[in-house]
Amino acid sequence: MPIKVLVAKPGLDGHDRGAKIVARALRDAGMEVVYTGLHQTPEMIVTAAVQEDVDVVGVSILSGAHMTIFPKIMALLKEHDVDDIAVVGGGVIQEADIPKLKALGVREIFNAEATTQELIDGIERIVGETGRDRSRREAGAAR
Amino acid sequence: MIARRAHRDLARAITSVENGIADYQVTAARLAAQGHRREGAGHAAIIGVTGPPGAGKSTLVDRLIEGFRANGETVAVIAVDPSSPFTHGAVLGDRVRMQRHAGDAGVFIRSMASRSAGGGLAPATRDAVRLADAAGFDVVVVETVGVGQVELEIVAVADVIVVVTVPALGDSVQTIKAGLTEIADIFVVNMADRPGANATAVDLKHMVREGKREIPVLQTIARDGTGVSELFAALGARRGAEDSNAVRAVRFELVRRARDEAVRHALAALDSPDAAAILERLRAHELTRNDAIDLLLPMLGGPVHAH
Ligand SMILES: Nc1nc2c(ncn2[C@@H]2O[C@H](COP(=O)(O)OP(=O)(O)OP(=O)(O)O)[C@@H](O)[C@H]2O)c(=O)[nH]1
Ligand SMILES: [Mg+2]
Repeated sequence: MPIKVLVAKPGLDGHDRGAKIVARALRDAGMEVVYTGLHQTPEMIVTAAVQEDVDVVGVSILSGAHMTIFPKIMALLKEHDVDDIAVVGGGVIQEADIPKLKALGVREIFNAEATTQELIDGIERIVGETGRDRSRREAGAAR
Repeated sequence: MIARRAHRDLARAITSVENGIADYQVTAARLAAQGHRREGAGHAAIIGVTGPPGAGKSTLVDRLIEGFRANGETVAVIAVDPSSPFTHGAVLGDRVRMQRHAGDAGVFIRSMASRSAGGGLAPATRDAVRLADAAGFDVVVVETVGVGQVELEIVAVADVIVVVTVPALGDSVQTIKAGLTEIADIFVVNMADRPGANATAVDLKHMVREGKREIPVLQTIARDGTGVSELFAALGARRGAEDSNAVRAVRFELVRRARDEAVRHALAALDSPDAAAILERLRAHELTRNDAIDLLLPMLGGPVHAH
């Protein structure tokens, strides 16, 4: 089954060109990509992730607010009992913050220089590892 | 209000049917066991919204959500976008227009890729609608893939079908192909802020007058909400009306299943040793094509036609 990904763009920075390019690249790699638009709050992102039942949430942050946004997203996923959904980040994130984000449970950070191929490979690897293969989701659905 | 927990369980139930992990009966029973079957569930009003790409369907659905919520009704939306026939990937963008409702526990929005099914819906759309209904939503809105021509699949799913179009330049009604008057319960000319909306509405009204049923033709500006209250009035009138669509939906679904069954039968028959022998004689020029067809037809169990 196709991998389903939510591409989310939180914060106040004004354009979503990058997020749209990512969405199309993932589509071209055979994924089903839900795009939610600009200015998403952590609550909106997690609501969409729950209802869409995605495998992966990709959060793109350019504004430098990652150390407030990621903890909120991770906490909300737990609160909704969907913390089996993998979270990855992209955009402008300082090297020093990456270990902190990973400690929160963020699976991978793709910095601004990462190619779309690296992103695709990374997502496929993470979905393979976590076993959140949507064709083998019976256990998760039955909980 | 629908419990937060029900959103998660409904979402996972839809994934199960979408990916063929479990069928509707099993997932619906599980939802009930999880405590998400509400008194009176199973009687949702199901509204189909269809029309050409970019006509404003999602923006209009956003307005419908707003209106139903103001009326105290809970709403689930199943929004279908096309899968790429080449990569099977999809960008599901309908949700963008409705995201402002993300904080409202009375609203559930699910995007579905069409997964290369024709007809403007995904193979699991019907079951997703039933699951949302079983989970207790008062209204289920289905947005089809943006379709250039009439797509009939929605007939088997929705009680009321809203066909959205836009002011066309020149040959306005030409853009709406024959057959639409048969499936539309309500016509909406959206983007009424654009030139030509009146002319398009007039053309549609003429077209409607030639048909047997009465179909309201409305104008809206989904972007600012103009005309949406008239749409609610028309939907309200339909909800009270005699349910001829139910008969139509059942007929459509049964014909579709009979056709699928017949195709499966035919394919199986062609795989039989008897059929293989006939095809072998055809290949060896011992039979003409029409001879082969005449010999094969009785194997389908259908009527035999002479050529
Ligand atoms: N001018 C004008 N623009 C509108 C109106 N309604 C929607 N739009 C715009 O039209 C564009 C397409 O709207 P959508 O609601 O995404 O259209 P859609 O029919 O759902 O599109 P698909 O799902 O891709 O087929 C968006 O930019 C909307 O803002 C309207 O009444 N007037
Ligand atoms: Mg749409």
